[in-house]
Amino acid sequence: MGRESHMDESTVVISMKDIVKKFGDFTANDHINLTVHKGEVHAILGENGAGKSTLMNVLCGLYKPTSGQIFINGKEVQFSSPKNAIEMGIGMVHQHFMLIQPFTVTDNIILGVEPAKGLVVDKKTAREKVLELSERYAMKVDPDAKIEDISVGMQQRVEILKVLYRGADTLILDEPTASLTPQEIEGLMEIISNLTADGKSVILITHKLKEITACSDYCTIIRQGKYIQTVKVEDVNENELAAMMVGREVNFRVEKKEQEPGEVVLDVKNLRAKDYRGVEIVKGLNLQVRRGEIVGLAGVDGNGQTELVEVLTGLRRGESGEVKVLGKDLFNKNPHDTFAGGISSIPADRQKHGLILEFSNEDNLILQHFEEEPFSRNGILNRKAIREHATELIEKFDVRPRGCEGAPSGTLSGGNQQKVIIAREVTNDKDLLIAVNPTRGLDVGAIEFVHKYLVEQRNKNRAVLLVSFELDEIMSLSDRIEVIFDGQITGSVPGRDADEKELGFMMAGGKKHE
Amino acid sequence: MNKKKSIFESNVLYTIIAILVGFVIGAVFLLIAGISPAVAYGKLIDSVFSKPKYLIWTLTYASPLIFTGLSVAFSFRTGVFNIGAEGQFVVGSLAACVLGILLDLPPVLHALVCIAAAAAAGCVWSLIVGVLKVKRGIHEVLSFIMFNWIAFYLSNYVVNIPAIHKGSGEATKDVLDSARILFPEGIRNFLDCSAANWGIVLAVAAGIAMWVIIEKTTLGYRLKAVGYNSHGALYGGINANKSILTALGISGALAGLGGAVQILGMSGRLSQFAAQEQYGFQGITVALIGSSSPIGCIFSGIFYGAMKYGGSKLSIVKAPSEVVDIIMGCVILFIAISQIFRILFKNLRKKKEVS
Ligand SMILES: Nc1ncnc2c1ncn2[C@@H]1O[C@H](COP(=O)(O)OP(=O)(O)OP(=O)(O)O)[C@@H](O)[C@H]1O
Ligand SMILES: [Mg+2]
Repeated sequence: MGRESHMDESTVVISMKDIVKKFGDFTANDHINLTVHKGEVHAILGENGAGKSTLMNVLCGLYKPTSGQIFINGKEVQFSSPKNAIEMGIGMVHQHFMLIQPFTVTDNIILGVEPAKGLVVDKKTAREKVLELSERYAMKVDPDAKIEDISVGMQQRVEILKVLYRGADTLILDEPTASLTPQEIEGLMEIISNLTADGKSVILITHKLKEITACSDYCTIIRQGKYIQTVKVEDVNENELAAMMVGREVNFRVEKKEQEPGEVVLDVKNLRAKDYRGVEIVKGLNLQVRRGEIVGLAGVDGNGQTELVEVLTGLRRGESGEVKVLGKDLFNKNPHDTFAGGISSIPADRQKHGLILEFSNEDNLILQHFEEEPFSRNGILNRKAIREHATELIEKFDVRPRGCEGAPSGTLSGGNQQKVIIAREVTNDKDLLIAVNPTRGLDVGAIEFVHKYLVEQRNKNRAVLLVSFELDEIMSLSDRIEVIFDGQITGSVPGRDADEKELGFMMAGGKKHE
Repeated sequence: MNKKKSIFESNVLYTIIAILVGFVIGAVFLLIAGISPAVAYGKLIDSVFSKPKYLIWTLTYASPLIFTGLSVAFSFRTGVFNIGAEGQFVVGSLAACVLGILLDLPPVLHALVCIAAAAAAGCVWSLIVGVLKVKRGIHEVLSFIMFNWIAFYLSNYVVNIPAIHKGSGEATKDVLDSARILFPEGIRNFLDCSAANWGIVLAVAAGIAMWVIIEKTTLGYRLKAVGYNSHGALYGGINANKSILTALGISGALAGLGGAVQILGMSGRLSQFAAQEQYGFQGITVALIGSSSPIGCIFSGIFYGAMKYGGSKLSIVKAPSEVVDIIMGCVILFIAISQIFRILFKNLRKKKEVS
């Protein structure tokens, strides 16, 4: 056994036994066991679509298991809603945010547990409490901003604060770091260790093996809905974890042949743009991307990269400057025209921009092409061609489960939703591909796969602009790395001999060492 | 097992339950009013089913309701809320009526011109609201309600213009026979229904057309995309404003067509309104009962038509015809909370499976 401490019954807080969860005929969880002790960080590892989120949704009261038992502190429980679960001290931060867009940060955090003064909500106390929490855990949020206006990163922090505010003893974090910057991840790791020191338990779902080895005690591995094993993290290394999870060896290196970049595809000159508050955030930015190269944009979230991409893709109006693709002016055009002008993009927010969740996967796969042959003719959709197109891409891009052409995209697991978007955008074959956090939420096997496709675009002489918070990703893929700080490009290094420390220094506003 | 489940989870079952509950609550009100529910409901059923001609009358009552139901359903499916079908219906009937009186054209052509004019009027009435929303950001629900009243007073004004008004009465002159869409006299005599008309055929055709648009065309794709997720649609290069206007225009045209069918088919003239006629609002009910599907709207429109027609005869047994409104109100309420039934059934099934 060799796992004495884990066998200790007295400190078990959560025990899930033989959990089965079916959606129709599809079994998402197939007899899964999970034991979590007081004060431990328990990681859950599995490929996209393995059933991790489903299992956690069962634990937090959102789904009723088809069969199986849940014990909290030794007592069997049955949750009928997340409210039940939070009363028993289990709170979950979901993979996809469950925030109310037009409400403020504070409103969202206190929703349902508002402090009251008589009959009215005591906004002032609430706001102070939110600020206090956000300071205690070093999670910067603007308590008065509306959710629809803030970045993905900040929305994630709001979600975490929401659970902390409700006083959970066991926190389930479903890919909490997927959208955080390295700095923020470090902060989160600190929070997690504070929480466990305090006797709280954390269940952590992440695809980043580094995070598992860095901060968790145990790791339960799930493959295609089935329980594989639970290991003590001390005893294994990252490669072993990856192999257990996908059932084969994973290649972490990106193979890239040498190649000289060609003509300039994207040319941005002196671009200025404001953020949602009307504050200037892109401040005279210059950037070029050439054919046959991947340019990585490295930067801490909030330095203008989101807004830059929004201006390039036509989702936001810039204030001034020049945007050209192959010499054609694409400044302040709408998304239809930027697309026609040669820009395709993998958006940062897959559920807001990337997909129409109610649409079937086959319909999402033709989002920019539904008016073209063979998908339609004279305004009539050609269902057969649409289905064939989808089947081909689902196979080629390994979207799971197979046969999901007609299913709403909202029922796919997070990673597979991302694969649908990637399949669509990569096959657009535009001159410029902008990829924003393209592997967010993907398992290591799928990441390997997406990286291969990005490199293939480059090898096909397309220009690729990669915006990512994963410094590792930027460094392993980019031919050239541009550092963005405070709305400007502040430095440029060749991708081959980039140094992580130096990049980190530049991203924090330091100048490049000569 | 699987079959059974699909029935339990389909909308149809919950709709039927909601309708039954509506009747039960209506019975309670009847009892309170001192009227035997058995007698009243007996009359209701009797007056719809006891003779074939009553069924024809039911369909005649149903046709305009199917149109307004489709109008609202179309707006639901494309993410806008057309609460202005009432006004579009009124301007549609007004346009059809005025042209039906004033123009002098050969039979079929005259009717077609009136129908087209009604559709155009409803479309424009709805588009004005759409433009206010898109250009000025005025919420469509507000302006729709106002436009309902504008249509109401406009209609009452036009009805009283001497060239259109008939002598001393409350109504306009009769629409010329060339503009009517009645079945030929022989068929009407055979059916024993003086108002039997092409309306129901047009309504079913409109339902089919809507289904085709929503499910089979790029237009439907675009409208649904904007309705479900306007950010995603924008990202995909779809112009949201244009889509909203198109959706509202089509929705308005459907309501306007309902008005034409009512005038050219059933009534043959337009009367001065004392209060809003409610066809548009009843369209919301029809759309909800039909869960916004074109086929559903056809059936729920016929159901509502039967209730209205049967209800109009309730006074014979001294029951207030408002009972029908109570029943329909309850039906809507229970459809809205049908989620609860759904959960109940799921739990029941689970218990059965366990034991
Ligand atoms: N509501 C649903 N209806 C039908 N199928 C679903 C539903 N939710 C999840 N599934 C399916 O269950 C499987 C497991 O999904 P789940 O979201 O748990 O995966 P995951 O392990 O969290 O993956 P990821 O890492 O990509 O987030 C997937 O194949 C998914 O398509
Ligand atoms: Mg997941």
